[in-house]
Amino acid sequence: MPRELATTARILPFDRRERSAAWWLCAPTAVLMLALLVVPTLAVLALSFTDAELGVREFSFLGLDAYRDLFTDRAFLGAFRNTAIYVALVAPASVVLGLVLALLIEAEVSGKAFFRSVYFLPVVSLTVAMASVWQYLMHPSFGPMNLVLKAVGLPGVNWLGSSDNVLIALALIGIWQAVGFNMVLFLAGLTAINRDLYAAAEMDGVRSGWSRFWTVTWPMLGPTTLFVVTITMINAVKVFETVATLTQGGPSKASEVLLYTIYKEGFVYLHIGVASAMAIVFVGVLLVLLLVQTKVLEKQVHYS
Amino acid sequence: MTRRTVSLTRFVRLGLLALGAAIIVFPYVFMLSASLKPPEDVFSASLSLWPQHLAAYENFSKALTRIPMLRILFNGALVCSVIVIFQILFALPAAYALAKLRFPGRGLLFGLVMLGLLVPIHAISIPLYAAAQISGLLNTLAVLIVPFTLSVFAMFLFRQFIKAMPDELIHAARMDGLSESAIVWRIILPNAWPAASAFAIFSVVAHWNDLYWPLITISKTQLATPPLGLLFFRSAEVGDDYGALMAATLIVTLPLIVFFLFAQRLFIEGVTMTGLKG
Repeated sequence: MPRELATTARILPFDRRERSAAWWLCAPTAVLMLALLVVPTLAVLALSFTDAELGVREFSFLGLDAYRDLFTDRAFLGAFRNTAIYVALVAPASVVLGLVLALLIEAEVSGKAFFRSVYFLPVVSLTVAMASVWQYLMHPSFGPMNLVLKAVGLPGVNWLGSSDNVLIALALIGIWQAVGFNMVLFLAGLTAINRDLYAAAEMDGVRSGWSRFWTVTWPMLGPTTLFVVTITMINAVKVFETVATLTQGGPSKASEVLLYTIYKEGFVYLHIGVASAMAIVFVGVLLVLLLVQTKVLEKQVHYS
Repeated sequence: MTRRTVSLTRFVRLGLLALGAAIIVFPYVFMLSASLKPPEDVFSASLSLWPQHLAAYENFSKALTRIPMLRILFNGALVCSVIVIFQILFALPAAYALAKLRFPGRGLLFGLVMLGLLVPIHAISIPLYAAAQISGLLNTLAVLIVPFTLSVFAMFLFRQFIKAMPDELIHAARMDGLSESAIVWRIILPNAWPAASAFAIFSVVAHWNDLYWPLITISKTQLATPPLGLLFFRSAEVGDDYGALMAATLIVTLPLIVFFLFAQRLFIEGVTMTGLKG
């Protein structure tokens, strides 16, 4: 996308009036960008090579050793691993469910708007509040989830209190919240598919809904799907609210995730050097996801 | 395909949709139910939704008084609306310049927009916190607003939208003698309204929900936004008073849900247009 700038600009000298107008229009934003984005980003980058602590005057420059230390730090690796597991649980499930719901709703004539609204509710509900509700639902002894399980003869589960289950429990909340969002994006993708393609496929002998999906819908939905997958992954990497509300990284660090660890290192233990290095790695993860998105999307554009 | 199989697929489809909807609604139903129940009823481990003794009054008065609930809701509304106004005010002129004007530094500015799209506030919160501390902004409502007055996402979105507008529109305005900033506010803004409203929805949902930044910068209950206020409520609580907690969650969840129910189309369009943002 940034490339098109260079190509659309005609090779002419800049019009003076236009130039000064543009600078005036951009000046406030440029100042804000410098203060709120550029300087802070450079500061984090610089801090990440040090062992600085808030309130301690002296610190030393560690250089790349700071990152080597980070990648041998068991707490950080644990947080990295937990985040990866969380993403691996939330992304596939919420994408597939979002797609299935969108297909079901799209095919439905009546009640379309009703179902769409219901599934969208979690997106507009305060995460911290709904996390509290889930805490009640998942309470081991009187939580409705275990009561339902017991009612059908299954044993209750210690959802948030056991280090084996806590990531699964958090992922269930994450999936519950992301499904409606993904569904709306898929619905938009589905409406954008040209109806004539379905007619053409039917003439070519594609009859059943199943083969119609695989010959027309799925290929045409490719860019949307990729989009939804990367957005869901990026959002899942940023998981924070549910962890901060429900588990604070516990039990026994089983739900320490990247953002929560950065928050604790930086603002509870005041290890701002370490926290900065973690923040840089965190941005690196986001960068990889964004690059994958733009690279693959660029390729897809040629087919559409 | 016979009529019978069609109605059977429809039956299955509606069944699946209803089952899914039930799972989505499940937490809301129990939130509402528990907010009416006294602790004994909650602990009684029964799935009955209606309380044996109605404790709605106790629960909701706790929710409203244990933390300054109305003040907190007001803080949230104020912070979100001021943020969104500033974001549009700053982003729109720059987006117009990026989309329609040629000037040296345009590439650099756009590069910075891309950098901003990549780097979330969480990653740069340490220097921003230090700056807030030095300038004495910690524990003020201003600190909840200032870092978000710049939205590179708004710049990106508006730029895309304005780029698609016909150049003739702008040429005609110039012929009429409008200055560039008059063009932004009198020509571009009305025409970019769909993008602006979609962005506004996105921004309000994001900042109404945000916990990270308020958690770091605000320690006074009076200045909390709804997510932080709820955390204060939880820590002020003794024992498992889920009835009162559910009443509090209901109160803080309701405003945005009501807003959504009244402006559904706007929300859905907002997500579809701003879905770009991760």
